[in-house]
Amino acid sequence: MSRSLAFVLNVPETPQDPEDSQEPSPYDESEVHDSFHQLIQEQSRWVAEEGLELQQRVLGAGALGASGSDRQALLGPEGAPVYSTATLRILASMPSRTIGRSRGAIISQYYSRTVRLRRRAGWPQLRDVGRSARPSLRLYDLELDPVVLEEEEKRGLLVKELQGLTVAQRDHMLRGMPLSLAEKRCLREESRPPRGKRRVRGRHGLLSCCSRLRDSCILASHNLGLALLSGLQALMPWHYALKRIGGQFGSSVLSYFLFLKTLLAFNTLLLLPLLAFIVAVQAAFPPAPSGSTPAFRGLELLTGGGCFTHTVMYYGYYSNVTLNQPCASPLDGGQCTPAAGGLPYNMPLAYLFTVGVAFFITCITLVYSMSRSFGESYRVGSTSGVHAVTVFCSWDYKVTQKWASRLQHDNIRTQLKELLAEGQLWQRPRRACGRLQQGAVLGLVWLLCLGTTLVCALAVYTFSELVIQQSRVSAERDWALLALPLVVCLLNLGAPYLFRVLAVLERHDSPVLEVYVAICRNLILKVVILGILCYHWLGRRVGTLKDQCWEDFVGQELYRLMVMDFIFTLLDTLLGELVWRLISEKRSQRKGKPEFDIAGNVLELIYGQTLTWLGVLFSPLLPAMQIIKLLFLFYVKKTSLMANCQAPRRPWKASHMSTVFISLLCFPSFLGAAVFLCYAIWQVKPSSICGPFRTLDTMYEAGKVWVRQLEEAGPGVSWLPWIHRYLVESAFPIYLASALLLAVIYLNIQVVKGQRKVICLLKEQLSNEGEDKIFLINKLQRIYERKERSRCVGYLGEEENLSLLRKEKKEMKELCAGGKVELGVSHALSLLSATPVFLFLNIYLFYLFFGCVGS
Amino acid sequence: MGGSGSRLSKELLVEYQDLTFLTKQEILLAHRWFCELLPQEHRSVEESLQARVSLEQILSLPELKRLIALHRAAVKIAMQSAWPSACNTANPFKERICRVFSTSPTRDSLSFEDFLDLLSVFSDTATPDIKSHYAFRIFDFDDDGTLNREDLSQLVNCLTGEGEDTRLSASEMKQLIDNILEESDIDRDGTINLSEFQHVISRSPDFASSFKIVL
Repeated sequence: MSRSLAFVLNVPETPQDPEDSQEPSPYDESEVHDSFHQLIQEQSRWVAEEGLELQQRVLGAGALGASGSDRQALLGPEGAPVYSTATLRILASMPSRTIGRSRGAIISQYYSRTVRLRRRAGWPQLRDVGRSARPSLRLYDLELDPVVLEEEEKRGLLVKELQGLTVAQRDHMLRGMPLSLAEKRCLREESRPPRGKRRVRGRHGLLSCCSRLRDSCILASHNLGLALLSGLQALMPWHYALKRIGGQFGSSVLSYFLFLKTLLAFNTLLLLPLLAFIVAVQAAFPPAPSGSTPAFRGLELLTGGGCFTHTVMYYGYYSNVTLNQPCASPLDGGQCTPAAGGLPYNMPLAYLFTVGVAFFITCITLVYSMSRSFGESYRVGSTSGVHAVTVFCSWDYKVTQKWASRLQHDNIRTQLKELLAEGQLWQRPRRACGRLQQGAVLGLVWLLCLGTTLVCALAVYTFSELVIQQSRVSAERDWALLALPLVVCLLNLGAPYLFRVLAVLERHDSPVLEVYVAICRNLILKVVILGILCYHWLGRRVGTLKDQCWEDFVGQELYRLMVMDFIFTLLDTLLGELVWRLISEKRSQRKGKPEFDIAGNVLELIYGQTLTWLGVLFSPLLPAMQIIKLLFLFYVKKTSLMANCQAPRRPWKASHMSTVFISLLCFPSFLGAAVFLCYAIWQVKPSSICGPFRTLDTMYEAGKVWVRQLEEAGPGVSWLPWIHRYLVESAFPIYLASALLLAVIYLNIQVVKGQRKVICLLKEQLSNEGEDKIFLINKLQRIYERKERSRCVGYLGEEENLSLLRKEKKEMKELCAGGKVELGVSHALSLLSATPVFLFLNIYLFYLFFGCVGS
Repeated sequence: MGGSGSRLSKELLVEYQDLTFLTKQEILLAHRWFCELLPQEHRSVEESLQARVSLEQILSLPELKRLIALHRAAVKIAMQSAWPSACNTANPFKERICRVFSTSPTRDSLSFEDFLDLLSVFSDTATPDIKSHYAFRIFDFDDDGTLNREDLSQLVNCLTGEGEDTRLSASEMKQLIDNILEESDIDRDGTINLSEFQHVISRSPDFASSFKIVL
C-alpha cells in the first residue's frame, strides 16, 4: 500500500481535481478514445484469430448475406435482422449486455460506483488514505472495456477502493452487490484495511484513532439497529395471517388488510396522548359522584348511555376545576413549564390542548404517509408501458398455494388477452350511434345514483327532525335512541348494493375506471349523510338540549353509530358474503365464489374512522372502541375471506389504489372531521351544566382565560401572552405561512415542469442514439462482409467500431441520467402533497377570523 | 428448536447479517430449514455449511414437509407457514431462481450461502436495484445478458401456464412481444438489456412489493 502511495504522488492532480462532476471532460474523452482504440485493436485481433474456423460457415452464409445486407439496412428496428457471427460477437461484448451476465462486468460496475461514492464523501483523512487507490481516468471508465482487463485485476481495484470507505459504507456497498455471498465474504475479508500499517504511518494517529472510534460507534449502532429491528419483527402482529392472505389472494386483497393495520396505528397514535393526559388524570382525581348511577342492563352496550354516561367515556364527566396538585403529580409533563414550578393541572386547558395536539400529530402522520405513497406510486414522465409492466411485474412471488398460483396464471392470461384486445379496439373507432347510446346510459345511471343519494339524505333529514319532535313530546327511551343510527346504517348498507346493480348496466371499458366510479358514488353518499348528521347535532340538537349535556349526547350518538356500523358490517360479511356465495354456487355450476370487494370494504373502514375522528372531542375513549372494532374486523374479514371469497379477477394496481385510499382518508374524512371539531371549539357554546368548559362561552375561551391569567401572574412568562397576541390572535403570521407554502408549492411545480421537459429531451436523444446504433451496427455488418470477401483486415472497420462503442457508452450514461431525474421528480412531487396542511391552515385561519369577529 | 441442535457461530452470524438484508432471526430460521433437508447425520454446523442441496430435493419439499410434520408437531407449525415459496411447486420460476442463485459448476444445487442469498434478495429490505438485477437474470432464460424474443416468449408462457390450452396463440404472442419491445426497447436493437429493464421496472411501484418472499 505504501508503495502505491509513493507512486501516486507523481501523478499530476490537475486534470482530476477540478472536475467533481461525473461527466468526463474533453481530456477524458481522449483517454477514453485511447482505451477504445486499444480495445478495438485487441477485439479485431481476437476476432481474426478466433474467427478463422468460423469463416467457412460465414462464407457460406455470405452468399445469402450479400443480397440480404441491403435488406437489413432497410429493415431497421423491427424484426431481428440476422447478423454474422463476428458482428454478433461484438454485440455480445457490448457493456450494456455484459452487465446482466458476467461477474467481471458487475465487479467493474460496482467499482466505478464505489469510486463515485468515495469522491462524494469527502472526509479529509479518508482522502489522504484513498489517494493511493485514486483512479486514473482510464480506470474510471473501466466499465467500458470488460474484455481488456482480467477479472482478477478488476477485483484488486475494487478491493482497493473498498478499503478507502468506512466500515458502514463498505458493508452497505457489499450488501447491495449482486454477487454471491461467498464472493462478498471474500471481498470483505480482503478489503479489511491493514490497520497496523496505517497507524505506523504516523501523523494522522489521532485522526485514525477518531475514525476507528467512529467506526466502532457506527458498527455498534448498526448492530443495535439490527437487534431492534429483529425485536420489532418478533413483535409484529399478524405476520403469518398476512402472509397467508398474501399467499392465497395476492397483493390486492392484502392491501385492504394493510390499510386496516394502518388505521389501527393511527388510532393508537390518537389514543395514547388522550389516555395519558386526560383520561388517566381524570380517573386519578374523580369528581364528586352526581347522584346514583343506573344499573347495567346490557342495552347500554348498544346505546352507550345509562351507566356509561357518567364515566371517563364522555365529555360530561370531566371537571372544569384545576386539579390542585403540584407539578410532581403524574402525567402532566405537557403543561408543566419549568418557569412556573408549581403550576397546577388545568383540566380544561389539558383537554383542549391534548385533543388539538393529538389531531395535529395525526395530521402530520397522515400527510407524511400520503406524500410517501404519492412519491412511490407516481413517477413523472412515466408514459404508457402497460404490456411490459404487466409481463415483467405481475407475478406475485408471495403466492404459495398451488391453486392460488393457477388462479394467478388465469388472471394474467385474461389480463394479457384483454390488453391485446384493447389495443385492437383502439384501432377501430366505435360507431357514433353506439357511443350515443352508451352516453345516454351513463347519464341515466349517474342521475339515478345521485337521485338515490338525495333520497337517502332527505330520509335522514326528515327522520332526524321527527326524532327531535318525538323527544320534545315524551322522554326518550333507550330503544328510540337506536332508531336514527339504524336508519343511517340501513341506508349505508342498501345504497351501495343498489349502486352495484346500476353499475352493471353501464359497461365501462376499463375496470379501473369502474372502481373509481363506484368509489366516487359511495363517497358522495357517505359524505352527504354525515354532513346532514353533523348539522343535526350542532345545528339542531344543541338548541333542543338546553337542560342536558349536549356534548354527551353527541358522543353517545357517535358511539351508537359506530356500534351499529360494526354490527351491520358483521352481518354483511357473515350473511351477505355467505348468501352470495351460496347463490352463485347454486346458479352457476362451475365453482364461482364472489369476489372480495376491496373498494367497498375500504370505504367502510374510512367511514368508521371518520366517525371516530368526529367523536374524539366528545368521547375521548372512542379511539379505543375503534381499535377493538378493527381488531374484531380483522379476524372476521379474514375468516370470511378464506371461506367465501376469491381474489378479484380484474387487474388491480395495488399501490395506486392504496395511494387513493390514503388520500381519501386525508381529504374528505380527516379534513371534514377537523372542520367539524374546529366549528365546535370556536363557535358553539358548550353546555353549562357539565364538562370542562361549562362556565365559558366557547371552548376556545379556555385558552384565552389561561393567557390572561398568565399575563396577570407576572413577567416571568410574559413571552407566552406575547406569542398569543401576535402569533395566534393576529392573522398576519398565518397569511405569511400560507404565502410561504404557496411559494414552495409553486416552486415545486416549476421544478417538476422543468424536469419533465428534461425527461422529454433525454428520451428524444435516446431514441436518436438508438437509431444511430442500428445504423452503425448495419455498417459494421457490411464492413465485416466486405472484409470476409477480401480476407484482409482494413483500418476502416476499427473506426466504425470505435464510434459504435462511443455511442454505446453515451447511451448508457443517458439512461442512467434519465433514471436519476425520474427519481428526483418523484421526490419533488411528493412534496406537492403537503397541500392538505395548507388547507388545514386556511381552515384554521377562517375560524380564527370568525372567532375574532365573534368576540 | 431441538431439531438441528447446532447453531451458527456468532462471528459468522454477524457477518451474514452485515452482508445480507436479513435479520438474525431470519438467518437462524433459514439455517434450521436448510438443516431439515440434510440427512440426520450431517447436521453439524460445518457440514451444513459445506453441504449442497440438489434442486430435486428442494422441489420435493412439500412431501418432506408432510413427513416431518408427522414426526414433530413443533416443527410442523414453523414449516407449514414458512418455507419460502421460491422453491415451492406453485412458482413457475422456481427452476430459474435456483439456477440463478446456485454457485455450483453444474448450477443444480444450492449451498446454505446460496440459500441465504436467495432469501436476502427476496426480503423486505433489499434495495429495488438488486431486486431488479436478479429479476432480470431470472427472466434471462438463455443467460446471454439480454432479453430477446425467445426469452420473452418463454417468460410469457411461464406467466400464463405451460399447458397447450392455456398458452397464448402464436399471433397473440407475436403481437404481445412486439408491444413489449416497442415500449421498453429504448435503443431499438431488438433486445432488452439490463438498464432498459430496470427503467421499465422503476415505473411500476408494485414490483418491489410483489418481488418478495415472506419468511
